[in-house]
Amino acid sequence: MGQIEWAMWANEQALASGLILITGGIVATAGRFVQWYFGAYSIAAGVFICLLEYPRGKRRKGSTMERCGQKYMTAVVKLFGPLTRNYYIRAVLHLLLSVPAGFLLATILGTVCLVIASAIYLLAAIRGEQWTPIEQKPKERPQVGGTIKQPPTNPPPRPPAEVRKKPSEGEEAGAAAGGPQINPIPVTDEVV
Amino acid sequence: MTMGNWLVNHWLLVLILVVWLGLNVFLFIYTFLTYEMSDKYYYTREILGTALAFARASALCLNCNSMLILIPVCRNLLSFLRGTCSFCSHTLRKPLDHNLTFHKLVAYMICIFTAIHIIAHLFNFEHYSRSQQAMDGSLASVLSTLSHPEKAGNSWLNPIQSPNTTVMYVAFTSIAGLTGVLITTVLILMVTSAMEFIRRNYFELFWYTHHLFIIYIICLGLHGLGGIVRAQTEESMSENHPHNCSESYQKWGTHESKCKHPHFEGHPPASWKWILAPIALYIFERILRFYRSKQKVVITKVVMHPSKVLELQMRKRGFSMEVGQYIFVNCPSISLLEWHPFTLTSAPEEDFFSIHVRAAGDWTENFIRAFEQQHSPMPRIEVDGPFGTVSEDVFQYEVAVLVGAGIGVTPFASILKSIWYKFQRADHKLKTQKIYFYWICRETGAFAWFNHLLNSLEQEMEELGKVGFLNYRLFLTGWDSNIAGHAAFNFDKATDILTGLKQKTFFGRPMWDNEFSAVATAHPKSVVGVFLCGPQTLAKSLRKCCHRYSSLDPRKVQFYFNKENF
Repeated sequence: MGQIEWAMWANEQALASGLILITGGIVATAGRFVQWYFGAYSIAAGVFICLLEYPRGKRRKGSTMERCGQKYMTAVVKLFGPLTRNYYIRAVLHLLLSVPAGFLLATILGTVCLVIASAIYLLAAIRGEQWTPIEQKPKERPQVGGTIKQPPTNPPPRPPAEVRKKPSEGEEAGAAAGGPQINPIPVTDEVV
Repeated sequence: MTMGNWLVNHWLLVLILVVWLGLNVFLFIYTFLTYEMSDKYYYTREILGTALAFARASALCLNCNSMLILIPVCRNLLSFLRGTCSFCSHTLRKPLDHNLTFHKLVAYMICIFTAIHIIAHLFNFEHYSRSQQAMDGSLASVLSTLSHPEKAGNSWLNPIQSPNTTVMYVAFTSIAGLTGVLITTVLILMVTSAMEFIRRNYFELFWYTHHLFIIYIICLGLHGLGGIVRAQTEESMSENHPHNCSESYQKWGTHESKCKHPHFEGHPPASWKWILAPIALYIFERILRFYRSKQKVVITKVVMHPSKVLELQMRKRGFSMEVGQYIFVNCPSISLLEWHPFTLTSAPEEDFFSIHVRAAGDWTENFIRAFEQQHSPMPRIEVDGPFGTVSEDVFQYEVAVLVGAGIGVTPFASILKSIWYKFQRADHKLKTQKIYFYWICRETGAFAWFNHLLNSLEQEMEELGKVGFLNYRLFLTGWDSNIAGHAAFNFDKATDILTGLKQKTFFGRPMWDNEFSAVATAHPKSVVGVFLCGPQTLAKSLRKCCHRYSSLDPRKVQFYFNKENF
């Protein structure tokens, strides 16, 4: 199991916990359960966690599948620098966020799941993982004519071989470009 | 038009889906109406409302789906069904290949019903708590004060017995509540580790976490033990029928009214009745796997190919395979509990069976490294299988189009080898008249081990004078200007510079529309089987082409699409 990036699973687990917190919170608030204000907190915490965890980090090896439309949140999460990059901070953050939701039965499932996510993040942090944003690769504009280094040094029409100067070996790429090509035979341009 | 084609190809799958959905809907509605209308729940409904019916209906559907979810993963059982069904047409065997898809569908349904069940019970707990604390002398509060274990014997209705008891306390001190939280946590862990992204990239994590289903099954069996959902007893209904007595609840048990206090009883747990049979089947399946794996595996040859591909040739007593099947391999010295699937690359006609292993993760890298050591003894391995996938069908089609992407070519290695042997023995049972083989690959290194096979086949075809039988195209998608330059430079050579084969390598991806229309034109009256082992995007394009180029007239050309999946 040496190559497992625990943070990837922690991310899925935390995202699921966020959704569960939101659901539990809505049930508690809509039903006006006893101490329903914990439910309201739970909705807010759930939304925050979902937003934070939505952008998937980059895998260390191999390509990473982005979540749909995550590039907007990636930009925001990236702004916080080490706060979001470091998984120790995330582990502690999730642990703290989960505590108030633990007072209400409707949201305690969210607490349990979030605590587990926090533990997995802790494991990831101990193993030195960190969150790297998935960058958009800038579209490489094809360089038109970029590989054409020199114009052809002896374009047709060419005179017969005996009249033609023998092209020496080392003249390939660094051939004397010099001035314009002097055609041994006059050339007329017949293109209209 | 395309919808018509799809339906004709997949009618059995659609039927199974419709039956399954119908069963869920029927069970849900039937149970819902029972709890919502039935008289014995009249007083229970007085406190709980409609949430009771939602909770119970979703519970029944959960039982049903938990029963169904174990069955698609009994792969030995499914293999057996496929074997006995060999005379059936390929349409009937198709659903058996989609067992994992069905497993996932049932899992999603379990998640949906779990959500409904939990939300309904949250309301139930809250209502019980409120009516216990209510001081308004309503029917609900009177019912809640109905007592505790007494000489009248457990005739309570409300599990919350004192106004000071919180819902949290009841949840965690009742069997139902405790097993409920545990079962849901385990379900969530199983689902998050089974997400496609995690499963494909960190298979071991998925494999181990998914075994938490054992806890799921145990908790499910224990969940109903508390008998918290209570109905009025038959006996009590005769003394206190809700229709007659519910109005006069303040006078129950007094001289003025004939109505006595109602008595209630809980249900015995019912989940075990649903899941017992599949558990037995699954236990039998695991025992079978264990027994098969204990048979000794003798490794006869180890070959290291370029690009870190390891070929293992093995023998095992009683092992017999068909083309394109796969086995599960376990190497105790690397990991005691992990079983990894590999397609067999040998043909049934050979006296050994072989797999080609590519380094794709922890286990495979360790596996390859273990065999690279020349001085230490070879590690012992265990093998379970073989298990069948669609490749067995390939000889049933007159014309076969085989598409393998990258390492996905392995099942077809087995098929092509088998053709070679069938030719050598002049086997006239081969229905196949023509094969179109497409191998799409990113880098040239991976060609090396397959080269030899294609080389031999080329020679074989020439000797037998059957050059047109196997039509293959190799596509190199990871080309750069260097490679293209070389190819252009060597255009005149008879053999391809990359592979040494007579057939030239193509660069880029195949244009499927052209290929399919060419095949359709060349074989206007045939049934063409299209087999793919590769990524989902490719499957989509091929499936589309199959629908597009199949004619609606069943006598004309028909394309059937088959995808391998693990």
